[in-house]
Amino acid sequence: MDTYISQIGVTTGDVILEFSYLIAAIMFVIGLKFMSHPETARKGNIWAAVGMGLAMVTTLFLHRENGQTISLINGMVVVAAIVFGSILGIIIARRVKMTAMPQLVSLFNATGGGASALVALMEYSNPANESALVTLLGLVIGSIAFSGSMIAYGKLDGKVGDIFAKWTTYFNIFMLVVIAAVMVYMLAFDHDMATMTILSYILLVLALIYGVMFVMPIGGADMPVVISLLNSLTGIAAAMAGFIYHNQAMILGGIFVGSAGAILTLLMCKAMNRSLLNVIIGAFGGGGAGVDKEHGAVKEITLSDASVLLAYSQKVVIVPGYGLAVAQAQFVANELVQLLENKGVEVKFAIHPVAGRMPGHMNVLLAEADVPYTKLVEMDDINPDMPNTDVTVIIGANDVVNPAALDDPSSPIYGMPIINAHESKNIIVMKRGMGKGYAGIENFLFFDDKTRMLFGNAKDSLQKLVSEIKEL
Amino acid sequence: MEQILIYFYENKEALFIIALTIFLGIEVISNVPSVLHTPLMSGANAISGVIIIGGIILLGHTDLSTISLNMILGIFAVIFGTLNVVGGFVVTDRMLEMFKKKKKK
Repeated sequence: MDTYISQIGVTTGDVILEFSYLIAAIMFVIGLKFMSHPETARKGNIWAAVGMGLAMVTTLFLHRENGQTISLINGMVVVAAIVFGSILGIIIARRVKMTAMPQLVSLFNATGGGASALVALMEYSNPANESALVTLLGLVIGSIAFSGSMIAYGKLDGKVGDIFAKWTTYFNIFMLVVIAAVMVYMLAFDHDMATMTILSYILLVLALIYGVMFVMPIGGADMPVVISLLNSLTGIAAAMAGFIYHNQAMILGGIFVGSAGAILTLLMCKAMNRSLLNVIIGAFGGGGAGVDKEHGAVKEITLSDASVLLAYSQKVVIVPGYGLAVAQAQFVANELVQLLENKGVEVKFAIHPVAGRMPGHMNVLLAEADVPYTKLVEMDDINPDMPNTDVTVIIGANDVVNPAALDDPSSPIYGMPIINAHESKNIIVMKRGMGKGYAGIENFLFFDDKTRMLFGNAKDSLQKLVSEIKEL
Repeated sequence: MEQILIYFYENKEALFIIALTIFLGIEVISNVPSVLHTPLMSGANAISGVIIIGGIILLGHTDLSTISLNMILGIFAVIFGTLNVVGGFVVTDRMLEMFKKKKKK
């Protein structure tokens, strides 16, 4: 067998390498499949990670180019870079607070996109590379994913503001046309190497600018959708690079993530009842909607009144939002729940699919505080119960309970399903101040006759509430 | 145009993989409870770091005898790719760890 293999110019190492890619690809798929069930999720993550590790090791030892495996010196440089990246990655991933998770995913997504763009940029000037089309696509998509994710990271971290202007839409369409035109120009005509290299750098810059301008006007509840979309783009960029090397593991892994990310993006859009196009154009934050509607003054509630109201209720529903995450109030919230349950109050958490800054953000946060799984009820399951609820406590949530989504067609969030907090008998809103939600629109729930406001940092308010209830 | 057609023909196996993988991705994600959306997005993000393979191939075969632009960019590509892979998997594990802790109770 060995002789036949060597006759067709293939070594045993090549066979092992290709096999390891097959195993890695299978492990990616099984890993993600496991990750889609709570019971097996952690195991799935480890499967995918082992698959990746396997592919990295076999590539390092067995990959051949022009008959040569990776030399010792090159190998050492590669290993050094991997070790450096690993240490940095572990430190960042371990140190970050749970509240900053969405930013972190966006940041790591940016590095992946950046790596794809760099690989494509270098391969483009490599004469042995014959796949100009996929190389350019990888370059453009990777660059967009990189700069877009960096902006998304900056926005979620509060470092970058929003730009809402009509011209951004036209500018972005114009940029796309220019990028496509440059690509066609590069592919359709033969140029000398120097021109091509310069053009590829121009394309890189154009794509980076497009990525920035693409994310800039998007804000509010749309942020998770954008991260998911950019995640999908990073996968596709990696697959394009896979084409350059005829590497099946990269093609499969990249496309798999690309399609999974795309479907996740659509699921999120569906949860908000918005079309993807609407999200990309960035229709949120227009403001001005519903301003002519009259509203009275908000009514505040004292801590002792709030504690009595809660302790003597039958059914309490807590609606958590981004404010809970910012204040790191999940542990106190759980303390409050346990306290109330000891007094015989039935307490549930109502989870809106896009509460927080990412889908499932609230679940992760409350899981950290050991809130039992069964206490987290999804929007569609809790809404029929809302009229029977004595008190709804809204902790740092705003847009997800805004009734304007149901009855005000002029509102930018009209049509988005909400948690029907306004149907419950009493509503306590915990909020730092009268600021608007992330979507930048007024919430008339706060002016409702049944609503009482409890101003202050969510953690402080909850802590005071807990000690008040203890003294009852 | 002809070049593109030839290119497609030469890569027909890869096109098969792409078509089937798209369906696979849709199939795997479609029935996921929203509890897992964030960890899943994070896990998928880590897998998209598969570009690291490309980075290793590239830097592994770059001429390192002189300091070149390719060498510097290659090192950055490998570092970036590793950040995506290692950081991505560690963050996902941290998120999922919390689900497990609760289950023991």
